[in-house]
Amino acid sequence: MSDSMDQRSGGPGKGGRGGKRDDKGQGGRRGGFRRRRVCKFCVEHIDHISYKDVRMLAGFVPERGKIQPRRISGTCAAHQRKLQTAIKRARQLALIPYITD
Amino acid sequence: MSAHRQYELVYLLPAESSEQEVADLQTQVEGIVGRFGGTIEKTENWGRRRLAYEIGPHKEAVYVLHAISGPGELVKELDRRLKVTDAVVRHLVVRIDEETRVLERRRTERQRHIAERRVARGLPAEPEAPAAPRSDEQVDQAEV
Repeated sequence: MSDSMDQRSGGPGKGGRGGKRDDKGQGGRRGGFRRRRVCKFCVEHIDHISYKDVRMLAGFVPERGKIQPRRISGTCAAHQRKLQTAIKRARQLALIPYITD
Repeated sequence: MSAHRQYELVYLLPAESSEQEVADLQTQVEGIVGRFGGTIEKTENWGRRRLAYEIGPHKEAVYVLHAISGPGELVKELDRRLKVTDAVVRHLVVRIDEETRVLERRRTERQRHIAERRVARGLPAEPEAPAAPRSDEQVDQAEV
């Protein structure tokens, strides 16, 4: 009886630790739960991403000046490619910075 | 004679340049475009803008955009000339006809798709009276 009790009492503790490890394995559920990310361009049916639309592009270029990765912004692969060329063109014309520090 | 294609040309002039200098360069561009049998379809002057980073001594520049239709050789010459022109801080030529073609196709495709779905639901293809089915429902409820 007492053995089984011990096992049970050990159970949740182990489970807890195991759970933590699982969380790490998934890659960071730690800071709150993740929101469902959807591609902004798919949702709004924006087919063309122009290098001239600075205000729109600026939303995908955080302060540092780097292009926001897909895993953060949730943009789909096809649109991310378009976005990438648009941002790079805008950079050539000094509409958007290459880097800011 | 090679095929005509659509291009977009944007160039940057120093912020100090006068209206006259901007106009001069524009006529130069027009000259090159005309010589190759191309046409300028649109001209936009964005005016003076702050640069996102300094280009040499410049912190501001006058942006000018041209939509050009013409052969590839025209772009080659245009690019070369703009590169050697000191009055141009920076320029960019982009081909746009492929993009616009895809865009148009996608737009018509979408329109067709929407129309098809509307027909499938027993509605007219064009959404001319979206209030109509709702009013029908209200009538039904009133009768009950």
